[in-house]
Amino acid sequence: MANTNFEKYKSDGSLQGNLLEWFDARFPATAMWKGHLSEYYAPKNFNFWYFFGSLALLVLVIQIVTGIFLVMHYKPDASLNANGVPVAFASVEYIMRDVPWGWMIRYMHSTGASAFFIVVYLHMFRGLMYGSYRKPRELTWLFGVGIFLCLMGEAFFGYLLPWGQMSFWGAQVIVNLFSAIPLIGEPLSIWLRGDFVIGDATLNRFFSFHVIAFPLVLLGLIAAHILALHETGSNNPDGVEIKAKKDEKGIPLDGIPFHPYYTVKDIVGVVVFLMAFSAIMFFSPEGGGYFLERPNFYPADPLKTPPHIAPVWYFTPYYSILRAMVWPLFGLDAKFWGVVAMGASVMIFAALPWLDKSPVKSIRYRGPIYKAFLTLFVISFFILGYLGTQSPSYWGEKISQVCSLIYFGFFLLMPWYSKVDKYRPAPDRVTK
Amino acid sequence: MSNECKVDCGRRRLVVATAAVGGVGAVAALVPFVSSMLPSERAKAAGAPVEADISKLEPGQMMTVEWRGKPVWILHRNKEMLDTLPKLADQMADPKSDKKMQPDYAKNDNRSIRPEIMVMVGICTHLGCSPSSKFKKGAEEGMAADWEGGFLCPCHGSTFDFAGRVYKAKPAPDNLEVPPHYYIADGRILIGEDKKGA
Repeated sequence: MANTNFEKYKSDGSLQGNLLEWFDARFPATAMWKGHLSEYYAPKNFNFWYFFGSLALLVLVIQIVTGIFLVMHYKPDASLNANGVPVAFASVEYIMRDVPWGWMIRYMHSTGASAFFIVVYLHMFRGLMYGSYRKPRELTWLFGVGIFLCLMGEAFFGYLLPWGQMSFWGAQVIVNLFSAIPLIGEPLSIWLRGDFVIGDATLNRFFSFHVIAFPLVLLGLIAAHILALHETGSNNPDGVEIKAKKDEKGIPLDGIPFHPYYTVKDIVGVVVFLMAFSAIMFFSPEGGGYFLERPNFYPADPLKTPPHIAPVWYFTPYYSILRAMVWPLFGLDAKFWGVVAMGASVMIFAALPWLDKSPVKSIRYRGPIYKAFLTLFVISFFILGYLGTQSPSYWGEKISQVCSLIYFGFFLLMPWYSKVDKYRPAPDRVTK
Repeated sequence: MSNECKVDCGRRRLVVATAAVGGVGAVAALVPFVSSMLPSERAKAAGAPVEADISKLEPGQMMTVEWRGKPVWILHRNKEMLDTLPKLADQMADPKSDKKMQPDYAKNDNRSIRPEIMVMVGICTHLGCSPSSKFKKGAEEGMAADWEGGFLCPCHGSTFDFAGRVYKAKPAPDNLEVPPHYYIADGRILIGEDKKGA
């Protein structure tokens, strides 16, 4: 925020004026308001894809508020109550059945988890299409990757808390991923669980991570993401740097103040989003078994894995990549390479700003090769996502191997194809 | 550090030394927090051995007991099941159990103390799911037509035979673990402990 040069507010003599002047002399209220909203100039050509950043903030608020109220009734305790049901599982049932409006608050939170990933995936896809990760916005992108990782952690820790069958076995599988690391893997997974199996110690620490540790980190990263964005200014569907052409007052010719123009526009997005969100929350909170999985309506049983276990939908593409690795290499188990491939499939997003060598940012001016690769990438992502929800099968394995190759090919071949691809020169000013 | 510092060199060295000592202190302060996440004394004490009564376990039947929070399977193999073991050996990743997944007294073709009684931890060595029983031969339980019977892990499709040996080219790297155990009496097994002096 480079806005300490804003003039301090001068009162016009009214009571509010005096108050604001007093405040402004002690805190950069007007400067922050102007720097981030009323005099933050955003490109005037934002389209549909630019709703999802502010919607992600909205979902964050929903998750935090509903989370605060859920914690008032939830108990992270794996011991069995008088009826032989784990206390944690029973406390979620209690929220659903006995706490006034508890069902709605919980469904808001569980629907919010899936909504968060839908919104964030669309937000990321926007970045891929318009080259938002390119210089000078590499740090904004990296903070974003950090937010994405943090969000995956939040979702994973939160999913254990209801202590259902899927909670338990999902956590069992994911924690065991760490045991695939040679030498330190086994002690590391015991340290993560706090026990030799997933148990009460694990439940309590996951609760701690879910409600305090990760949200704090998440908030910090989101602040950094927005500050970095406001330092460079937003990208746009043309990939044009609007700061390159300014009027005599130093205001970008293609920029309009974020407030009121985009605040009002985003409210339209919020209304539409809340309509869809409410429809799911009230009429299909289980999301057809994708948002809340059926085996999770049974309490955790450490002796019996459900016949079909799958992660929640937002993790399934990476899970498919994990399953696709079935060959041992360099004397290390296939299990280890599966974990490596899965980790790489998420982390590789961070390398994107340095893989892309195209002279233009936006897909509007890129050639057919990039368009083809991006299309294939998205199709593979969906196929991997679908296969991750299915039981392992011969053809599923083969198809997921091909899709994993395409997935990684999109990134690793990018330095080559983004250079040789045809392109049209980007304009100086934004188009319609 | 160059010898020609523009600032007072002695003070610069003191600043570096102070920062280094402070850094060591900060790292040392991590120890109690990181250690607090290790299994507690109570969790370590909870691994007591459990006893299982197998006198009523008929050939072909399997029972499950809980040991250290994990399912331990006791499978009474009938003759038909035992007969599948030698002919499957060449399809197994580690037919002789050369990797250390069992105590020495189970290091034989059947992976058991008594040929018919198989004791193993019912946790897949891949990522810790509990495999499902697929005892019937052939495609009846959704397996391949040449399936000889055994176990299928529902999570990632690893398959095991009646001795808990993993098939080749499956995600699970190792055979199912055989826990320490011994026969206290004819129909009773103690799981979690090797025989004293044996």
